Amino acid sequence: MYRLIKTLNRTALIKAIIAALAVIIIVFIGSRNLQHFDAALIAYLFGTVFAVFGVAYRYSVWVQRPPTRLYWRRSWQFLLSKDFAQYAFHSTKLFFRNIMLQRHIYPRGRMRWWGHFMLATGCLIAFAVTIPLTFGWVHFTLEAGSDTTYTANFFGFPVSQFELGSPIAFATFHALVWCSVLVTIGAVIMLKRRLTHGGMIATQTFEGDWLPLILLIAISITGLGISYDYTFLQGRTHQFMSVTHAITVILFLIWMPFGKFFHIFQRLAQVGANIYKVEGTRRGLAKCPHTQQDFASQLHVNDLKDVTKDLGFDFTLEDGRSHLDYSPEGKRSALAKAHFQARKDAGHFFG
Amino acid sequence: MPNTKYDQQMEFFVDMQRCIGCHACEMACAECETNGQESMIHIHYVDRAVTTQTTVQVCMHCEDPACANVCPADAISKDDFGVVHTANTARCIGCSNCVLACPFGVPQKNEAAELMMKCNMCYDRTSAGKKPMCATVCPTQALFYGTREEIQKMRPNSTPVNKFFFGMQEVNTKVNIMMPKGSTHLKVH
Repeated sequence: MYRLIKTLNRTALIKAIIAALAVIIIVFIGSRNLQHFDAALIAYLFGTVFAVFGVAYRYSVWVQRPPTRLYWRRSWQFLLSKDFAQYAFHSTKLFFRNIMLQRHIYPRGRMRWWGHFMLATGCLIAFAVTIPLTFGWVHFTLEAGSDTTYTANFFGFPVSQFELGSPIAFATFHALVWCSVLVTIGAVIMLKRRLTHGGMIATQTFEGDWLPLILLIAISITGLGISYDYTFLQGRTHQFMSVTHAITVILFLIWMPFGKFFHIFQRLAQVGANIYKVEGTRRGLAKCPHTQQDFASQLHVNDLKDVTKDLGFDFTLEDGRSHLDYSPEGKRSALAKAHFQARKDAGHFFG
Repeated sequence: MPNTKYDQQMEFFVDMQRCIGCHACEMACAECETNGQESMIHIHYVDRAVTTQTTVQVCMHCEDPACANVCPADAISKDDFGVVHTANTARCIGCSNCVLACPFGVPQKNEAAELMMKCNMCYDRTSAGKKPMCATVCPTQALFYGTREEIQKMRPNSTPVNKFFFGMQEVNTKVNIMMPKGSTHLKVH
């Protein structure tokens, strides 16, 4: 056990412990010392704390890799520069475009985007609903003197009221039902692609690509089962429905840091990469010595020289320049010219 | 699930001097389903002002791929057969690190999709024991996929080489380049 702990990344471990403790502290604050904490959701809370610990640990290890660290530092450096307002606006726009709407998936395929958008939107709304409930941040009370007016409280403060039986009440109490429907339709679209697309069939894996979709469908179906039970079965199967749903959700939470779902957190780096590109272009472009054309920002080329050296590569040429100063086309041409010269020197172009 | 009929006796051999710039490989490459019908092969004039020579470039599938090393999102991976796969679409953040770091100039960025794409040796075909699309249509066998014995019989005066030098950096690859007989490496710069 001690040997296992010794293999852990110390920086990441400390950050993960801090993140997990922060969750526990905000649970206490948000639920007013657990007054509004729903004890029935304790297993979900443990699962969430573990997920936060795991995600923080993996994220910290990931950010320590030289190329990731570079983007992490540069993104914050440019965002917090004198151009903060411009980059903050740009980042917000990209956040909605690429994270909330996932528009970058649309050029890869229209149905693919629909599938992913429904799946992701269902998941994000479900997170937004369940996390505050699990943490005891949100609870509902009956208005004094009324048996039909419900008050929603956030961090113990009343924030809105609605009448039981009203459309708002129906929409609110069934929020997770709508999420389940979205996730199920989206996951089925994505599963169909995995069954019929030749390229995907060749490269997919069960644990990496099928299991996440199966797990999401299982969460959605068992979640719908709870609603079905109290709507049509008078709660007769509640125990079975709630236990199966809890098992699937907790599996999802525990697996989140290790499997495909980690890309939810990695995707945010796309915003940083975009800011980096904008700032790099502004600072000046690199010209390829072969094609004599601009091909990338000089900042990017220079940073990559450092990153590749950190990673044990050295593309420095004898004259002090670098192979990385060449554009992709320039690199291909350099290889072809070297090959031509070798053939020429041997006296035969073919053989 | 992935097919495991990948034949490790089969190797890829490239001879750029034989490329006539016909673009047949480019058309065939677009048939590869792992690329989503995008052609990943590069064909272009080497230096149009002074020569009509064209060159063809496929992914060389490096033993220690620079593209995978510089990827900030861990999106590029090498499998047990030595095939370096195109970016994992869930992870790729479209930063272009791989595009600029690859010593062979292979990865391409699809700007609209903010996604890097590259040749993965027609994995849908090679993992099923078939030849990559480009190698099946190349009329001059500038691109050849077969056994070492076959290429030695066809090119008795050439030697397959998979070691390259780019300045100080040595790069070893899965894909071979046909060099004059007795060569051990190709020094690019």
